[in-house]
Amino acid sequence: MDWGGIIENTFRGLIGEQFIYFGLAAIGLNMHFGYTGLLNFGQAVFMAAGAYGLSMAVATLGLNFWWGLLLGIVVFPLILAAIMGVPTLRLRADYLAIVTIAASEMFRIIARSPSLDRWTGSSDGLTAFAKTFYEFSPYDTQERYFFGLFIGNQMWVVTVGWVVLALVVGAVYLMMRSPWGRVLKAIREDEDAARSLGKNAYWFKMQALALGGVFGALGGMLRAIGTQSAQPQSFITDVTFFAWVALILGGAAKVGGPVVGAAVLYAILNFTDIFLRNSVADGWMPEWLMTGTQVGQVRFMLIGLALILLAAFRPQGIFGSKEEMALDDR
Amino acid sequence: MTAENTADIPVAPAFAGVPWEPGAAKPDPILVATGVRRSFGGLTAVDVDHLEVQRGQITALIGPNGAGKTTFFNLLTNFDTPDVGTRTFERRELSRVAAHRVANLGMVRTFQLTKSLSKMTVIDNMLLGATGQSGERMWRSFLPFTWRRQEAEITARAEALLERFKLSHMRDEFAGTLSGGQRKLLEMARALMVEPNMVMLDEPMAGVNPALKQSLLDHVKGLRDEGMTVLFVEHDMDMVQEISDWVVVMAEGRIIAEGPPASIGQNQAVVDAYLGAHHDAALDLGED
Repeated sequence: MDWGGIIENTFRGLIGEQFIYFGLAAIGLNMHFGYTGLLNFGQAVFMAAGAYGLSMAVATLGLNFWWGLLLGIVVFPLILAAIMGVPTLRLRADYLAIVTIAASEMFRIIARSPSLDRWTGSSDGLTAFAKTFYEFSPYDTQERYFFGLFIGNQMWVVTVGWVVLALVVGAVYLMMRSPWGRVLKAIREDEDAARSLGKNAYWFKMQALALGGVFGALGGMLRAIGTQSAQPQSFITDVTFFAWVALILGGAAKVGGPVVGAAVLYAILNFTDIFLRNSVADGWMPEWLMTGTQVGQVRFMLIGLALILLAAFRPQGIFGSKEEMALDDR
Repeated sequence: MTAENTADIPVAPAFAGVPWEPGAAKPDPILVATGVRRSFGGLTAVDVDHLEVQRGQITALIGPNGAGKTTFFNLLTNFDTPDVGTRTFERRELSRVAAHRVANLGMVRTFQLTKSLSKMTVIDNMLLGATGQSGERMWRSFLPFTWRRQEAEITARAEALLERFKLSHMRDEFAGTLSGGQRKLLEMARALMVEPNMVMLDEPMAGVNPALKQSLLDHVKGLRDEGMTVLFVEHDMDMVQEISDWVVVMAEGRIIAEGPPASIGQNQAVVDAYLGAHHDAALDLGED
């Protein structure tokens, strides 16, 4: 049993790249669901908007990196939010849910289409768009940093990711303590009440959808930069649900909830992965119970089990407050 | 109405000379509805020829179940749009105003099923009510120094209202922990944060225990004494008799009677609507 490797990997899950990508996506979902009550089951498409906004700008259109940032963080997510929000946000919450999950699958399937190869690189996706990003790296590409966890380029992605995450968390913290955040929460509680008090519920929901989408796009863009590729298969619906798991684990409607949730999720995933692999390799795990190739699936079962236990014993999530949860029953 | 028993019926001064009939013109109407019709499929829920609501007075809208009161109320508050007809508030045509803007014009409503925002504190419920908050702009939300002063002002106003409605001790509790009656009080107090000149109350007495009823009645009267116009929908006839200055009766989507509260019980159309018309005559199926 390689305890050093297990601890290293668990720690990496706790603070590493996946934590950053999905933490940002989950913060976006928290903005949608936790604060405004919008059901977005297509956060993957906002992540894809960030990834493809940057990669298409640079690799397809030949624009420079900064235009890519603008396209991926602002233009693509706002267009998406408008496409999905304008027809649905005047209707009941379920319509947005349907449209978002459909939009995320449509985007993925369209991006994969061979006829769009020239634009999206079809199923191979796009590469070679992050050169400028890595040129700014202060780290030596051959060195290992941060207790030897990350090599140079990874360290640069993680550093930028931490800064972005901190800025986003700070912004959400400030915004949700403002009158603007108060209106969002009121819309979550009762849209008609907010409207009767002179609040344009539709417009506030639109803003929340777009802003949460921008946070998701930041996560998706960092992910594309970190993996140096933007591929349709990186934005399957599972991606949306990982972000949801992170949000539910941590606790919705709390600023730190999605961040802690994402950290815990990837710590558990990484820990179970390497721990089970080691157990199988060392012969601790009887063959009839599990083989090495099943580890990948089993760890998701364990996450499922953790969610069931959470729903039973701590439905408000790690950060949520029980008192608030109890108000639902009244 | 026969002439001999009308003489002893008290009439609020503002309604002197107003005829006791449906669609009567008022000296100074704040809200006027004309030719308003709303149907759901084949059912015409509301078909009102004309209604004027007098400024600065308490008007009650009553009627038996299914009379279309709430539908008409939703039309008057612009939460619903009529198929045809006009509604003007302070001489402004409501069809050209978005639902949420009505509050900015000075008309605020409450709901039959109280909409206290459970997972927000009582004080946050109150603060939400203030209109024209600069901190409600997204780009200002993370610049607290641009709205902090206004926030302090409306907080002071909210605290004064909580004091008046005897909710100060619940200031920082979640609204979801309040009792039914306290929620009604909170909803009314929150509506006043809008600084309205017309308050529309949808069944303010529904689900309120008798002990709180009197205080709620006093609060409604207090609104009039401060110069606000009140229109309320209500089943509770005691409340109607006690606090309203004028009563409008609906049945089957139409206004069938208007008059001072004491006159309504003697009105034959109203008695028919509540107790069933012409129980000794043949059923009339020709109408509509």
